[in-house]
Amino acid sequence: MMTLEEKQQEIIGEFQIFDDWMDKYEYIIDLGKELPLIDKDKKTDDRLIRGCQSNVWLDATVENGKMKFTSDADAIITKGIIGLLIRVLNNETPESVAKADLHFIKTIGLQEHLSPTRANGLLSMVQKMKMTALLNLDNNA
Amino acid sequence: MTEGTKKPFIVREIRQQFPALRQLIYDKNLIYFDNGATSQKPQVVLDAINMYYSKDNANIHRGVHFMSQQATTEYEKARVTIQNYIHAKKSEEIIFTKGATDGINLVAFSFGELLSAGDEILITAMEHHSNIVPWQMLCQRKNLTLRVAPINKKGELIIEEFDKLLNSKTKLVAVTHISNTLGTINPVKELAVKAHAVGAKILVDGAQSIQHMSIDVVDMDCDFFVFSGHKVFGPTGIGVLYGKEALLDKMPPYQGGGDMISRVTFEHTTYNELPFKFEAGTPHIAGGICLGKAFEFLSELDMDAVQKYEKELAEYAQDMLDTFEGLAIIGEAKKKTSVVSFVVENIHPFDIGTLLDKQGIAVRTGHHCTQPLMDFFQIPGTVRASFAFYNTREEVDIFIAAVEKSINMLK
Ligand SMILES: Cc1ncc(COP(=O)(O)O)c(C=O)c1O
Repeated sequence: MMTLEEKQQEIIGEFQIFDDWMDKYEYIIDLGKELPLIDKDKKTDDRLIRGCQSNVWLDATVENGKMKFTSDADAIITKGIIGLLIRVLNNETPESVAKADLHFIKTIGLQEHLSPTRANGLLSMVQKMKMTALLNLDNNA
Repeated sequence: MTEGTKKPFIVREIRQQFPALRQLIYDKNLIYFDNGATSQKPQVVLDAINMYYSKDNANIHRGVHFMSQQATTEYEKARVTIQNYIHAKKSEEIIFTKGATDGINLVAFSFGELLSAGDEILITAMEHHSNIVPWQMLCQRKNLTLRVAPINKKGELIIEEFDKLLNSKTKLVAVTHISNTLGTINPVKELAVKAHAVGAKILVDGAQSIQHMSIDVVDMDCDFFVFSGHKVFGPTGIGVLYGKEALLDKMPPYQGGGDMISRVTFEHTTYNELPFKFEAGTPHIAGGICLGKAFEFLSELDMDAVQKYEKELAEYAQDMLDTFEGLAIIGEAKKKTSVVSFVVENIHPFDIGTLLDKQGIAVRTGHHCTQPLMDFFQIPGTVRASFAFYNTREEVDIFIAAVEKSINMLK
């Protein structure tokens, strides 16, 4: 099993081969198309994170002490980035999700998508992932 | 400046005066097609901003000293420039505001004070949130009714429906001159006649028209006309409310403070005259002066030639986009200008916008602050390219190729 940091390094490595923005986004779009979708019956309003432009659905649960995330978004690029976030945070303990410094996003040049001014709901999604983790910390304590 | 002295309209020369257009975005030449959101600034405006803060900076209307008088003169000169540009009868009718939104809120508050329960305000289904929400707030405050004139699928106001909603209880018609999302040009002159016939006033939201066509508020016979400086090649934070003098005179002040008073005691305050009655506090002096420069710049252009050029550019773009499979143009009014909005089947506008950005092309995606309009078309948003006179056909060609590439990637 890779650590959270190793997963980030792996993604950074994958993105190093792209020297063109369009190639990078081509890859993100492919990731978006591959993202296993959240179950239809879980696409409910309480799982909806409304961005100004695009919407994100997130389901977060804890199984055997590990966090499980599934998600969907109506914009495919958003979905691709969600795929990356889930790859890093899935199967981690609530504690490491809560503490996670997702620096890979900046390194691979996607930080704009997580800025508070970006209206795609991604920042709120990360916040919700961490909130869920924190709540589960409290439950365990 | 008289008609005869207008310079011929040559895009190449115009572009040179806008330094922001000469930059690389992600190593690509910037193509700026987000003029509906805000415009770039010509060198004369940039120089004026620099000049004001490096030399003329002083507070206005209150200083005995040289610099203050100089700043006051320049500020008031700008007011006259703008008055002349929109053909207002008097400079007192030109109120400096923060922008179109601020102007509408001023009218909603102050003109709103003259209204009473049961009165009606009539807007259209294509209004910007700025021309919806202030009226909703007013309606709540004063117990008025807000009516909304519908549009057809092409994005045109349905005049017969407008007529049906207009009645003797209507006190104000508030309508956009040009839709920021659809590009539709509304027949505001005709609407003014209709409004006046039932005794209503008319406010024209000129946020999207002032930069694209010549404006004559007297000929239009609107009672109020608002716009934002930043969309008309001037600075942010400054705008104009034009109002007919007799009407402005009747309206109570909007905000209280310095400059708007004539005499203050703790018991009683008398207000200053127009336009100062509506300009409380230290205004955006640099903004006003530099907006004046923007209008001096515009005065030298042949706006009819500009309008023709922009329309052709938008039509050229629209015709090419129209050939793409699965792409639908949103807003196909017969009278339309400068804006092309579209959606593509099964592709989110946000994705197209993101990929265009990475190709150095600035467009806007989303609901463009017209959510009710998006609901009408049942779409989450559009991709919008909005043009200015400094844009070129070559840019449109690059844009079209970039849209095609983006669609292919996202399919
Ligand atoms: C038609 C219309 N009205 C009003 C506004 C509001 O302008 P501002 O935000 O500059 O006050 C805009 C700006 O997008 C607009 O397009």
